[in-house]
Amino acid sequence: MLKPPTAADRGDSPAVRSLPRIAEYLGLMAVLVLLVALFSALSAHFFSRITFTTLANQIPSLTVIAVGMTLVLIAAGIDLSVGSVMALGSAVLALARVEWQLPLSVAVALCLAVGLLAGLANGFITVRWAVPSFIVTLGMLEVARGGAYLVSESRSVFVGAAMGRVGMPLPVIGLSPAFILAVLVVFAGEVLLSKTILGRYIVAIGTNREAVRLSGIDPRPVVVSVFALSGLLAGLGGVFHVAYLESADPNSGIGLELSAIAAVVIGGTSLMGGRGSVVSSFLGVLIIAVLQTGLAQIGATEPAKRIVTGAVIVAAVILDAYRHTLGNRREHD
Amino acid sequence: MAIANVAEPLPLLRVRGVEKRYAAPVLTDLDLDLRGGEIHALMGANGAGKSTLSRIVCGLTTPDRGTMSLGGEPYQPHSRRAAQRAGVQLVMQELNLVPTLSVAENLFLTDLPGRFGFVAVAALLARAVEALTALGLNELDPRTAVSRLGIGQQQLVALAAALAHPCRVLVLDEPTAALTSAEIELAFAHLRRLRAAGTAILYISHRLEEIRQISDRITVLRDGRVVATQPAADAALDEIVRLMVGERAVGALDQRDHSPGDVALRVEGLTRGKRLRNVSFEVRKGEILGLAGLVGSGRTETVRAIFGADRTHAGRVSRGPGPPLTIAGPKDAVRAGIGMIPEDRKEQALLLSQPVRMNMTLAVLPAFVRRRWWIDDARELRAANELRLRLDVRSHSLNQRAGELSGGNQQKVVIARWLLRECDVLLFDEPTRGIDVAAKIAVYRVLNELAARGKALVVVSSELAELMALCDRIAVMSAGRLVTTFARGEWSEDAIVAAAFSEYAGRGDTARRGRVDSC
Repeated sequence: MLKPPTAADRGDSPAVRSLPRIAEYLGLMAVLVLLVALFSALSAHFFSRITFTTLANQIPSLTVIAVGMTLVLIAAGIDLSVGSVMALGSAVLALARVEWQLPLSVAVALCLAVGLLAGLANGFITVRWAVPSFIVTLGMLEVARGGAYLVSESRSVFVGAAMGRVGMPLPVIGLSPAFILAVLVVFAGEVLLSKTILGRYIVAIGTNREAVRLSGIDPRPVVVSVFALSGLLAGLGGVFHVAYLESADPNSGIGLELSAIAAVVIGGTSLMGGRGSVVSSFLGVLIIAVLQTGLAQIGATEPAKRIVTGAVIVAAVILDAYRHTLGNRREHD
Repeated sequence: MAIANVAEPLPLLRVRGVEKRYAAPVLTDLDLDLRGGEIHALMGANGAGKSTLSRIVCGLTTPDRGTMSLGGEPYQPHSRRAAQRAGVQLVMQELNLVPTLSVAENLFLTDLPGRFGFVAVAALLARAVEALTALGLNELDPRTAVSRLGIGQQQLVALAAALAHPCRVLVLDEPTAALTSAEIELAFAHLRRLRAAGTAILYISHRLEEIRQISDRITVLRDGRVVATQPAADAALDEIVRLMVGERAVGALDQRDHSPGDVALRVEGLTRGKRLRNVSFEVRKGEILGLAGLVGSGRTETVRAIFGADRTHAGRVSRGPGPPLTIAGPKDAVRAGIGMIPEDRKEQALLLSQPVRMNMTLAVLPAFVRRRWWIDDARELRAANELRLRLDVRSHSLNQRAGELSGGNQQKVVIARWLLRECDVLLFDEPTRGIDVAAKIAVYRVLNELAARGKALVVVSSELAELMALCDRIAVMSAGRLVTTFARGEWSEDAIVAAAFSEYAGRGDTARRGRVDSC
């Protein structure tokens, strides 16, 4: 009955275990490289430093919001409110800077606090009344949007240089501090997910919440933290957004939740929960950004861009589902 | 049927040289003859190939090699539909009913009577009543949604659905797993009628007693091969067990000192509506207390209430002489040193798509932490590997998904979780349901070992023989009450069964039993 350990047992070392994860990144990176090669071939101007730095400086908001969305989706929830919460945070930030003349650090803290509060409300309501997060965050989407209009009196607030250099390209490297911060958030998110207890609980809850509860772990605080984090990151997205545009528009971020979900799903995170990676979501953001920029450069019209982007999202998910069943079959054999 | 009168009846279904391999061979050169008018039991440990064989017979899997014939004609079903058209029906352990649809719609899901795309409701209901009556389910309204039925009744509906169509060969995969004894009798009566009508029945079950009761011949599979086919009347239980597990010594359970220590768990007046009425008992250190009773008698509710999985309306739980515990949820119970192995391991215990190792360490993650936040991979891995060896969990590696393990190994993974946690009181709800004999014995060993180490155990089980082999005392529940407790040596099967029915006297359940007897 007892079997001596086999070679497969020794395959348990963490280094070997992370191999499939790296392979997953390679697949997405290959898609990314292919897209870059394609657009470089189609457009003489695409493959240039200026294209890439411009692209990088456009995506910090979407990147950090996608990080939060990844965690929420892995925990088998969904957060539809991120775009509106970002707009509300942006409006508060702009007002704090321009109207109330508060220091930048205080204004940023206010913006983050708005996001955190919205996220806490999402999480708390979801667990307290056991309602689907889809509905709760759909409600928050409306509430926060309304709040953004209310705070800004439905006007765009010009901020100008009041945001300092957060969104401006740094000399020499041409990337903005916002982009660098966003990349750090990506890595922090990945570490949280794969190395910490909270991350393990998030995956476990997304896989089987009742099993987690019956293991003596209260899933509710974990779920609240995940939504709070998503809200906080939406607030951070607001900071980056205002810094980049030098103004706060209460209409900003409409449909952003769908772009974030698209990026996360392209990265292979399961909408059913229990499976996903933050770094993959970042690669998903890059793929969408390259696609958008490249299509614009080869002169695609707005309708054409949207049609192609939509098709790519669906194709990516089909590919992922196919790869997943292949993987399952292989493991099953 | 003419062939039924021949001295050596020709097989209705003939399987010759069937092979199927995935990475490793699952079935090797397998021959099987199924005669019309026999109930043929198929036995074997989990992973022996029973399910693969039944899937091949029913067209759900195509064999790599080998032939089948049905009534003398070549038989090569490429889909379940094709098999059904040829008269081969399957009832699986995992029900494939649509919970939101009515009983009638489920019965005829594949061929709803219709006109212009609309379901012909009157015709459907008439056919459904006919099909249900044939199974003795006259009282079941075919318009009821399946989700509103108990699991046992759902199983009977699944059986009725298979039998509502022309049926020459019937394959039953663990059909009685969720049934009460009364429902089993109902199902058996019908199987006997089918046998008399010349149907060939392939019957897969882990319940040895049941198989001897119903079947004519027994075929034992081990590692994808037939190791024996013999008349059921000749089969001795220990002989079959030996054939199933091979040369491995089965051995008797380790003897354990039956002299329990201090009270480890005290339950007083546990009440939850009509499901639990004033349940009180004690369990001592080193003691195994069995909870017997019919399905729905409150056994599961009792352990769930102690563990805080459900809200209770009244009652106190305390650890031995200590003050009453405040248990608002499982978290509090675990903190007080109480663990539970739930009834449904797939839905309530396991993270099926996650690695074995993560499943094992779920309840004790904070123990594998460096600097407050970080999981110490190496320590976690060591602990999981130790448990795997200790419990002999059969997995390719600790990174294999829990969902890919056999039922027995899955259960060991769940038990491992609580071994790591070192709980003093462990509540086991049907710990051996749906797992093979070898794995059952392994689970018994673990339970005995835990008791020998001074843990207090409560074991809920529907198999009386299991409780009588394991427990120091057996408490019997009936209609939400704990009616009596037998000490070791005082009990008998008859007395326990009588106690289990005692609180149901004069209610609907006895009426149903009466109907069983009239079948």
